[in-house]
Amino acid sequence: MSDHDKIYSTQLQDKTERSTLLMFVLTAIAVAIGGIVEIVPLFYLPNTAMCQNDPTCNNTQHKDLNGNVIPMDKIIWNPATSASKTLNDWQPGDGVRPYKTLELAGRNVYIREGCFLCHSQMIRPFRDEKDRYGHYSIAEESMYDHTYQWGSKRTGPDLARLAGKYSDEWHRRHLMYPRDVVPESVMPNYFWLADKKVDIAETVETMKVLTIMPFNPVPKTIYTDEYIAGAAAELEGKTDLDALIAYLQSMGNHVKFEEGVNYRD
Amino acid sequence: MEANQATPVKYDMEVVRWFTIAAAIYACVGTLIGVYVASELAWPFLNFDIAEITFGRLRPLHTNAVIFAFGGCALMATGFYIVQRTGATKLWSNGLAWATFIGWNLIIVSAVITLPLGWTSGKEYAELEWPIDIAIAVVWLMYGFNYIMTIGIRKTSHIYVSNWFTMGMIVMITYLHVVNSMAIPVSMTNSFSIYSGVQDAMIQWWWGHNAVGFYLTGGFLAIMYYFVPKQAGRPVFSYRLSVLHFWALTFGYVWLGAHHLQYTALPDWTGSLGAAVSLAMIIPSWGGAMNGMMTLSGAWDRLRTDYILRFLVVALAFYAMSTFEGPVMSIKTVNALSHYTDWTVGHVHSGALGWMAMVAYGAMYHMVKKLWGVEKMYSEGLVNVHFWLATIGTVVYVVAMWVSGIMQGLMWRDYDEYGTLTYTFVESVSAMHPYYAMRAIGGLIFNIGTWIALYNIVMTVRTASSARSASAVPANA
Repeated sequence: MSDHDKIYSTQLQDKTERSTLLMFVLTAIAVAIGGIVEIVPLFYLPNTAMCQNDPTCNNTQHKDLNGNVIPMDKIIWNPATSASKTLNDWQPGDGVRPYKTLELAGRNVYIREGCFLCHSQMIRPFRDEKDRYGHYSIAEESMYDHTYQWGSKRTGPDLARLAGKYSDEWHRRHLMYPRDVVPESVMPNYFWLADKKVDIAETVETMKVLTIMPFNPVPKTIYTDEYIAGAAAELEGKTDLDALIAYLQSMGNHVKFEEGVNYRD
Repeated sequence: MEANQATPVKYDMEVVRWFTIAAAIYACVGTLIGVYVASELAWPFLNFDIAEITFGRLRPLHTNAVIFAFGGCALMATGFYIVQRTGATKLWSNGLAWATFIGWNLIIVSAVITLPLGWTSGKEYAELEWPIDIAIAVVWLMYGFNYIMTIGIRKTSHIYVSNWFTMGMIVMITYLHVVNSMAIPVSMTNSFSIYSGVQDAMIQWWWGHNAVGFYLTGGFLAIMYYFVPKQAGRPVFSYRLSVLHFWALTFGYVWLGAHHLQYTALPDWTGSLGAAVSLAMIIPSWGGAMNGMMTLSGAWDRLRTDYILRFLVVALAFYAMSTFEGPVMSIKTVNALSHYTDWTVGHVHSGALGWMAMVAYGAMYHMVKKLWGVEKMYSEGLVNVHFWLATIGTVVYVVAMWVSGIMQGLMWRDYDEYGTLTYTFVESVSAMHPYYAMRAIGGLIFNIGTWIALYNIVMTVRTASSARSASAVPANA
């Protein structure tokens, strides 16, 4: 047994290798550190769009060209301070808002069909991406996106600023039979979405769940009881295709970006 | 590494046999689905206007099948094999191991049913919905608890290096799965992450990259550290290098996830930190690859005759290649080009096919012979055929994706002399067609190899079983 008593590395390593518990504990500590260092600050630092109960979003300060701080309610829609008081009044440029009823139903379709596997929703701060897609994405724009949809692959183009680029009719034709509109496309046909009625119960439940999220919930001043109560009527007779188009037409026109302002830090 | 052989231990190997066969079957199915989804991108009519088999629904089934069905069964087979033999002990609980086998396979069946139906959480590589996520947590803890308790009752003085890596995987995957899967259900089939935007993205890629780092790398390094020395018949080249390899990877790999989010809306420091640690990881990764390779020093001639050793050595070569390529891709300037392109897909497959699947097959062939007590596979020649199909298939796949990925990246950012974008997006799509076809062919070559392996393994088992029943040797229960 003398061979087993010899130490080939260090005393600590040798001790660890002899003890299941010590090996377990040291491993459990070693693997925890990196994640804690990278994840936890994102809940406390500015520029991470962690805005719940704090209209300054952890002191996020975007400054205009004169060095003045842009008020956060110019970035994130606040019905209390905005001229637009309800979701239906909201106008593009009023600031980041939660999804309207039909858009939310469309977002559920987007997730269900795995669109995020081929389309990103995150524009990077490069010249070509600006020319191709528009202004780079900022953290606040996905603050209400529970289960974020940034994606990791562009088999198809980025969709972060799709709103208003094409007509509803174009989207209808393109989603149903992509190659009728874009012959080189490799996207599947989704004509069958036009025959599928929106799942009303699921959409209403989604709205309720979004208001009780522990991080960045949708404020109950936006998804009011009346708004949620009206959702079913809003969705009556709508198809998955209608909903998906509404979602696509809502993407990326929330914030009015000023030329030359650095929104990244 | 093996304890005192004077008193032979009766190991619990029946469950290992079943996990091994399951892994061989899932490899065929998982890569076949991969070939199909790859073909859908080359020839979109293959979606056949059937919702359940559209790319968006089938691709998660491919990733789940290869990672969790094939990879998971290979890890559990080799894990339960290694922990018994290096500790000279039976499993702490054979019953719990069987429950793990049944539970894990039920999860796989549920994935096959739910993903084509579009029941997805919408998180890449973590698509399964919350009831299945809970089942995964339970079965994983059953596996982990049993594994660690078996280490606890070992008869040897020291815990063997493979078991360190597996223990690291068990702990880390538990953290990752629990934190990343936190969601509020809206129904049995749908739920939403409690995190949003930036926080959700960081947690998702902390999960995504460490599933690679601890499951597909750590878990498979456990395989490497046992089966390479065993197959070569030589001790691990350097014990000290393995100590460094383990602790550096265990501490360092966790930091890498942020490199998936370069130039996104995340604060820049997170991506930079991820990239810096990624570059540092080249050192322990290559140290580990060298450690495996050098284990063969003095036995290199056996590569001519030992086809299993070929699998293990080529796997190590791909491990070294991928762990160099990955850090390079994490550098911001490279990432600006490579991100969102097929280069990433190629990188993943050089790891998944070249490293993970190759080392797993090396181990599976080795185990099949030991588990069923045969000297040779049914056909050693077919092992060699499989080896070449796997190697060529992987190379064809990876080269296709390198070319298409870099071409995509360059086309997207190209400007003409008037200062406008040279190419529309769809021009980049049609330029990909030949490479998507080539990728599907590479995948098909690899897939054919897996069927040959399955045939070879099944025939070996059948031959062994008939020989065994003839001589009436009792099987290890």
